[in-house]
Amino acid sequence: MKNFAELIKALDSSNKTSVKVDALTEYFRRASPEDKVWTIAILSHRRPPRPVNTTLLRLWANELANIPLWLFEESYHIVGDLAETIALIIPTTKEHSDKSLTEFLQEMIALKKKTDDEKREYLRTNWLALNYYERFVFTKLITGSFRIGVSQKLMTRALSKAEGVDEDLLAYKLMGDWNPDKITFQELILDEKSSDYLSKPFPFYLAYPIEGEVSALGDPEDWSIEHKWDGIRSQTIIRENEMYVWSRGEELVTDKYPEFHSFVGIIPNGTVIDGEILPFPEGQIGTFNDLQTRIGRKTVSAALLAKTPVIIKAYDLLEWEGKDIRNLPYDERRDLLEKLYETIKDSNLPIQISERVNLKSWEDVTTERMRAREMKSEGLMLKKRDSAYQVGRKKGDWWKWKIEPLVIDAVLTYAMRGSGRRANLFTDYTFALWQDNENGERELVTFAKAYSGLTDAEFRKVDDWIKKHTLERFGPVRSVTPQLVFEIGFEGIAFSKRHKSGVATRFPRILRWRHDKKIEEANSIEDIKNMISHTTE
Amino acid sequence: MKIPLLAFNDKGIYCHQADVYLDPWRPVTNAIITHGHADHSRWGHKNYITHHTNVPIIKHRLGDINVTGKDWNETFTINGVKFSLHPAGHIIGSAQIRVEYKGEVWVFTGDYKTEDDGISVPYEPVKCHTFITENTFGLPAFNWIPQAEVMTDINNWWAENKAEGKTSILFGYTLGKAQRLLKYLDTSNGKIFTHGAVENMTNVLRPMVDFPPTTLITRDTKKEEFTGNIVLAPPSAHGSIWIRKMTPFVTGSASGWMAFRGARRRRAIDKGFVLSDHCDWYGLLDSIKATGAEKIICTHGYSDVFSKYLREIGYDARTEHTQYEGDEGETAETDKAELEQGNVDAA
Repeated sequence: MKNFAELIKALDSSNKTSVKVDALTEYFRRASPEDKVWTIAILSHRRPPRPVNTTLLRLWANELANIPLWLFEESYHIVGDLAETIALIIPTTKEHSDKSLTEFLQEMIALKKKTDDEKREYLRTNWLALNYYERFVFTKLITGSFRIGVSQKLMTRALSKAEGVDEDLLAYKLMGDWNPDKITFQELILDEKSSDYLSKPFPFYLAYPIEGEVSALGDPEDWSIEHKWDGIRSQTIIRENEMYVWSRGEELVTDKYPEFHSFVGIIPNGTVIDGEILPFPEGQIGTFNDLQTRIGRKTVSAALLAKTPVIIKAYDLLEWEGKDIRNLPYDERRDLLEKLYETIKDSNLPIQISERVNLKSWEDVTTERMRAREMKSEGLMLKKRDSAYQVGRKKGDWWKWKIEPLVIDAVLTYAMRGSGRRANLFTDYTFALWQDNENGERELVTFAKAYSGLTDAEFRKVDDWIKKHTLERFGPVRSVTPQLVFEIGFEGIAFSKRHKSGVATRFPRILRWRHDKKIEEANSIEDIKNMISHTTE
Repeated sequence: MKIPLLAFNDKGIYCHQADVYLDPWRPVTNAIITHGHADHSRWGHKNYITHHTNVPIIKHRLGDINVTGKDWNETFTINGVKFSLHPAGHIIGSAQIRVEYKGEVWVFTGDYKTEDDGISVPYEPVKCHTFITENTFGLPAFNWIPQAEVMTDINNWWAENKAEGKTSILFGYTLGKAQRLLKYLDTSNGKIFTHGAVENMTNVLRPMVDFPPTTLITRDTKKEEFTGNIVLAPPSAHGSIWIRKMTPFVTGSASGWMAFRGARRRRAIDKGFVLSDHCDWYGLLDSIKATGAEKIICTHGYSDVFSKYLREIGYDARTEHTQYEGDEGETAETDKAELEQGNVDAA
């Protein structure tokens, strides 16, 4: 545990990628095979299930620190992280623990089935035996994931350096559904076994946003252009009469989309399709809001399936006839995909092809992009015709060119403290728009929350203002004098019964602080509802 | 109703009987000053009274002012009210102010810490009926580790950076923290360079404390001279053009706020050292107990939370709003006037 805690501390102490990779590489060179497997699992969000709920965790930590629960909660709001708060309030003793990371994790897995008294005893003993940072890491292992700015890509790079295994191959090996408690480092990283790969997806290739002029990309004829769909990026795998669906977060989501089982037997074995899962109510593309109803569910009712069916908008083919074809030029992969689609399009399967738009000039591309809302897309994708399907986010061959967001001026009404690097600053805001109430008076109605878009300096200014203009406190949330106006941008909008305002926005974020506007000049709910009719009808 | 011995008004903490203010934040005639930080010793009062070791400090900061220096425990009477200054251990010359009238005793702490830093005269609890205390770090999440351990960490960090051919840049506020760090830096590691604001303040204090030698960074300081050495600078220098000359460098910050990971990450500091000139949670609770006071007034920091807890454990406690900094914001250990001066020097 000591080494792992030191690693986390080192990763947490630097903002520089090179320093993080070096720290990880050094750790992988020294760690035991068991600890390596667990470290990979933790850094790729494969934690064992939480053995103790946070209510009990707080209670037992408070007992040890001898403080009332409300005082713990106040501290937690200010610290911004549960495990960190617990580690801070518990006294450090002269004891120490030499247990390895693997031993701790095995104990945590076993702990889940124990009685509350045993759990309490286990936590107290270990909290008191660990130093401050180990205590933080130990508690973090119980409560949640580490947000320390280590992407899977970064970890894979370090592992590749330490083990001498190719980075792309490692990315492939680490995908999918493996259990750190059951697999050895040898099996996971070093062995080559093709049968294990039955359900394994390929690492996704991700596009960069276009900065500057699109014409800088050169000859438009070198680019294949299609709309950028607003759903869930996915890979659908058909191998040996089994079907698997992976989402971009490397989550196996097969069970959430039972309609895709109809692919088996029609789409040939040895096929992997890259595409977007889109809601398709009443035979046309719905809003992301529709898809939300499907995302949260592990199992889907027949009623929901009928109300909000989904389809795949297929845009790439990664495996064909059992062969990895990612190195073929994009145009050739597309030709194969289109040929495949020809053979299945009359089978009434929930799959469509993401059409390529034939455009000769950048003017035409620009005009096409403006049709995005009409097409129910987020903008355009530009893919180099001769490009291979790469791993991760790499610049050069795939670009996304999103449409400008919808904008509205709204009033800041509530603020909450942020977490992580924004802990202790009020950075999570709630915004309101005007609406006439039953008595014909104008009042502010909440319509969206936004967390991003201001610079650190602006956040500090707003934070300072909030502290001086607090009306009421509700735990971590404060209501503030309605006085500040912000321009809020969002990608989409839909009617919603769940929200008091009657609308739900997609990706709301702060575009700028409108120092020049008074709250009377902010927009109304009616204004935003008018946007719906303009964008989706 | 009886006028309280000390009352909070829009100018500061006011003793009506003596017509004297303690650490006023707006210009007044008579001010007794706890210590030299800008939020406690402000410009524009007609007469200043403070501990004599603080006199050169506030003269350096505020220029030609009318100031009287007092000794520890020296009683001075104004219109029947007995005043005396007692060590607060916060920085050099920092005092608590004891106020006594007709047998009733109040103590105002200004800022204070319980750990002996080896530079300031250590904090001494003073018996009183009413205790006016700061709460900058008044949360159970703040528990300091001993200074000696922190300084070992800092010196090891310097040695590691040196081994990698890097310059160590250590941020600490100009009056107090910078000198506390300076005092314990291990000069066998190399040379100690200073930012102008740190150098000037250190020179003011050199007659009173024995510090290792420092080298002021000037326009003529060559890039190569920094390698492997350490630079002491105010927090405002972080991210400025001024520090680019020290590339390749590693940054560290010494402050109580470094106890929180979020605070360090937000500032994009490479290494945080938890070292504060204020009391931690138990420091506050133990001090309050030692005064024997029944009434506690919380001035700045996490005052609402802290006074609520005090009421829960049986004290008659309340919060009074002051303009001393170190509210939930993070200005407590930076000093605006100093920083501005630092920026001028750095230009």
